[in-house]
This record gives sequence, structure tokens and C-alpha cells, in this order.
Amino acid sequence: MPDAIYAEGLVKHFGDVRAVDGVDLAVPSGSVLGLLGPNGAGKTTVVRMLTTLLKPDAGHARVAGFDVAKNPNDVRRNIGLSGQFAAVDDYLTGRENLQMVGQLYQLSRRDAKARAGVLLERFDLGDAADRTAKTYSGGMRRRLDLAAALIVQPTVMVMDEPTTGLDPRNRQALWDVIQELVKGGTTLLLTTQYLEEADHLAHDICVVNNGLVIARGTADQLKARSGHERVEVVVHEREDIVTASTVLRTHGHGEVTVEEHTRKLTVPVTGGARLLADIIRSLDELDITIDDIGLRRPTLDDVFIALTGHVAEAAEPADAGGSVQTKNLPTKEMAK
Amino acid sequence: MTAPTVPTTPTAPVAVPPRAGGGFGQSVRDSIVIAKTNLLRLTRVPEVIIFTMIQPVIFVVMFSYVFGGSMNVGGTAAPSVYREFLMVGIFAQTVVFATVTSSGAIAHDMSKGLIDRFRSLPMARGAVLSGRTFADLVLMTFTVIVLAIVGALVGWRFHEGVPKALAAFGLVILLGYAFTWVGALIGVSVRSPEAASSAPMLWILPVTFISNAFVDPGQMTPWLRHVADWNPFSATVQAGRELFGNPGVRTSDAWPMENAVLASLIYSVVIIVVCRTLAVRKYRNATS
Repeated sequence: MPDAIYAEGLVKHFGDVRAVDGVDLAVPSGSVLGLLGPNGAGKTTVVRMLTTLLKPDAGHARVAGFDVAKNPNDVRRNIGLSGQFAAVDDYLTGRENLQMVGQLYQLSRRDAKARAGVLLERFDLGDAADRTAKTYSGGMRRRLDLAAALIVQPTVMVMDEPTTGLDPRNRQALWDVIQELVKGGTTLLLTTQYLEEADHLAHDICVVNNGLVIARGTADQLKARSGHERVEVVVHEREDIVTASTVLRTHGHGEVTVEEHTRKLTVPVTGGARLLADIIRSLDELDITIDDIGLRRPTLDDVFIALTGHVAEAAEPADAGGSVQTKNLPTKEMAK
Repeated sequence: MTAPTVPTTPTAPVAVPPRAGGGFGQSVRDSIVIAKTNLLRLTRVPEVIIFTMIQPVIFVVMFSYVFGGSMNVGGTAAPSVYREFLMVGIFAQTVVFATVTSSGAIAHDMSKGLIDRFRSLPMARGAVLSGRTFADLVLMTFTVIVLAIVGALVGWRFHEGVPKALAAFGLVILLGYAFTWVGALIGVSVRSPEAASSAPMLWILPVTFISNAFVDPGQMTPWLRHVADWNPFSATVQAGRELFGNPGVRTSDAWPMENAVLASLIYSVVIIVVCRTLAVRKYRNATS
């Protein structure tokens, strides 16, 4: 199968800021690519170039088989975009919003109407269909926005931080919707700052930082790059810390780190669950009572820190004017 | 919230929309969809309509009763004459004020994600702006009708027959439509709704007051009089007075004053062409 999204050497500068600095992407049809990165990494700029909202300064991209620069209207006909903001007209009802978008996708009035009805039911907005969107909750607005993007059943969906500003329950619900969509064969490009989200939804992940793809692979491959599993032990008595650390050193594969005040010891290991049993046995033989013990696998957070030296959320706002500010907007809007 | 249930069975495929190669037909269709949406939106905030209509009525009452007694028009200071003189000025000023609504509404749209949705759709490029300005045109027409009724109540009449009166209204509304494009240009340029609503006032007041709308420019200092005579706004007011047969038609050798109807037409068309071209280009390249 050809790639539904293919980009080579995409570059976009805003003044002196190299927002995107040579990004290559390939998303096979029917798969999900997660663009993962902190605020200002350039994710949104990539999305805007792929959805014809922004012209690349260099490089080229094909989406749904069409060149974004040469045939933007063909691209537009075949994609659905769900941007960072819920693109919803507050003063129109849910139904009117969808009908308008349908007609602007060049559906006939009747088709647009029928399609709006189907999608409102499908996204659990049937009861609210004839209320103005102003009265919708954040989660409802997101779903309406997603429904609008799906009016013509696009072959390629692009979602820019779809769950930013949603509470955990709404996030889970949206994940379910996205997974159903992918099951139906839609190709999806998704950006997120949430490592958990990329892990959960995407087949392949590109880690983006400062306008560059700094790593790519499946979630498992990326996790493997960030090194070892670790065993964490919390001993019950403070005086057992020294003995316990000797035990961990013999079983482990490197330095034992000790947090005195929480009585927590951590050691990198290889050997997984079997080793865990060995450690428990050894500690037990020495009569050391433990409060907690666990095998900790690296999360994408660890990957991210290993790759960039930053914690994902706390990255500096180094991007082109105001994108950090805009990122705060949806939350504010929903708080209203 | 319950998780939305999504049927896993493939839904009937929606026919991929026709490869509407754009063109004029699509442009008109898309503009109508947007215009309808905007009018629908207006009915959801009726306050806006009401305020839009009340403001010019207050102007009529204020000007005609406050200034009415002290203004000399065509050699007479009779308040009834001033009221007839005034009305065209108020008509024109009212439609020009629509700039503020247009620019505010467009800037508002541009600042939200909605504009990204529109720009990612296979729709005609100018339709978002054309639709909005068309909706403003409709609202403006209603306002002018209400205003004409109020004018009639305070003694304003047209004296040259219905066809000429309609032509006068046509010129006034064409001027207003031209200014909605000025508003559209401002709206896509500033992109903060607050700035978009306050910026036009900076020049709307000078444009409408340094003119023949409320006073006779003959009494202004020479340079100001030239500005007033060549002001596009004055041309429409002058044309209106001629076509309605209202008092105070200015005698001046400035070309727009001598050929007011033609001048008004030319000014409005030029403003529309220039502002529309610039606004649509800006819209295309805009990033919210």
C-alpha cells in the first residue's frame, strides 16, 4: 500500500525561528502516526503544512495521493482536520454546524443534512443537536469538531492535540472514537504532548523537538532505547537500607540509587520478573520487611527525557510567536 | 458522558464530492452558505440587530433636534429643512458604520479555530469573506428601511419620484457594501476582535464628518473644503440629495460634486475591487 501521508524535507521558518527544520514522514495507509513533542516543537506547523494551511518554505508533501502545494484542493477534498481549537461556531446548533461544513465540502444540501444526522447520533450528540454549540461542554465541542472533520469520511484524518484540555473521562471517550475510526481503515496523523496518548493510539511515533524528528519507531522500540528496566524496593525499616542495597547490587546491573526519606532503593536490572522473585527471596532470607517492590519498565516519559534532556511538559517556549499562548486558549474557553 | 458508540460495520460510503473545479458557480454557492450561516448567527444574538437599528435612529433624533435650529441650509435655518438635508447624511453614515460590524466579526472568526476549518475545506477561497459581507449587506438594507421610516416620521420626503429614490438608496447601499470590504480587509489584517472593532472608528468619524453630510462644506477652511469635496462619502451624500430632491445640494466645481452619481458609483466600485482583492489575498495567506 502506498503511503497516505508522505513528506520529505519539510521546512518552515517564521522570521529567524526555524519552526520546522527538515522533517520527513511516511504514514502507510490505514496506520496511525503519532507526532510527539513538547510545546513549540513544531508539531502544529507540520500539521498546518500537511493540511494546506501553510506553504512549506522547502520540501514537499503528498497527502492522500496529492501534492499539498500543487493540488491543495484535491488534498482538502480527501482529508479531515481536527485542529487544536474545536472549530465550532458557537452561535449555530450542532446540526447547523455540521450541515454548513458538509455543504462546504460540496455535498448537496440533502446529503449534508443526512450526513449531519448520522454523525450527531454516532457521536452521542443527538439530544443536543438543536442546541447552540455555546451551551456544549468541552468534550461535546471536541466531538462536534471531530464529527465535522468526518463529514465526507476522509481517507486521511489529521488531529492536532485532540485531547488537550479534556478531562480524563472525555479523553478516554475520544480515544475510543479514534480507535474505532482507525479500525474502519482511516489513516491518522495525530500530534500530542501526552506520551501516554501516543503510546495508546499510535502504531508509529515520531518524537519531534526544535523542528526536527529526533527519534522514530514503535512505542516499544523507543522504550527499548531508553535503557533498562528497574526494580524499585521500599523497605519498612530505615536501618535495613544498607543491607538491602547490598542485595540489590548483587542482583542488579549498575548503581543502586537510594532515597533515604522514602526508604526507596532503585537498581537497573536485566532479567525482568524472574529476577524480581530472586530479590524478594534474598530480602526475605535476611529478614528485611518490604513495603513495596516493583519492576518498572521505561515509559515514553523516560524516552523523552533520555532523548531531549527535558521533561516533556516543561520544555521551554522556544517557538514562533504566540503558539504557547494559543495552546492555553482551549482550556480557557472550556472553562467558560 | 457515555462513550459514543461507533458502528464498526463500514457505513455506506459517502460519494466523494464532485470534482467541482471551483469556478464562479461554486464561489456563489459557498458564499450563500456562509452568508446564510452569518444571518442565522445574527438571529441568535438579536441584541446586535436591535443596537444596529437603534443607533442611527438616535442620530436622526439628536441631530435634527439639537442642531436643527442652528443650521443654515440653502439660506434658511428652518429645522424642517435641516432634517431633510440631514437624512441622506445619516443614511450614508449608518451604512459606513457597518464596517465596524464586518471587521469585528471577521477578526473574531479569524482568531478562532473556525478559520482553519474553512481554509482546510475544498471551498471557494473568497467565500468566507463574500458571505460575511453579503450578510452585512442584508442587515444594512433592513437598517436603511427602518431609518427611512423614522426619517419620514420626522418630516423627510423624497421629491423626484420612486425610481430616483430607489437609485439613491442603491448608491447608499453600494457605498455601505464597499465599506464592508474595507471592514473585511481590516478584519483579516488585525486579527484581534477588539482592535478590529475600535480601529475603524479612528477614520470613520473624520470620513463622515469632514464631508457634506451634516454641514455645508462651503463654510469650512479651504483645505478642509477640498478634502470634503473629494471625499467619496460626500459624493454619495451629494448624489442622494440630488436623487431624493432634498435641499442643500452643493454647488462646487470639484468634479465629484458636479458628477455626484457617477463619482459615487466609481468610488464604491474601486473600493470594492481594491479591498476585496487585498482582503481575499490576505485571507488565503493568513495563519490564525
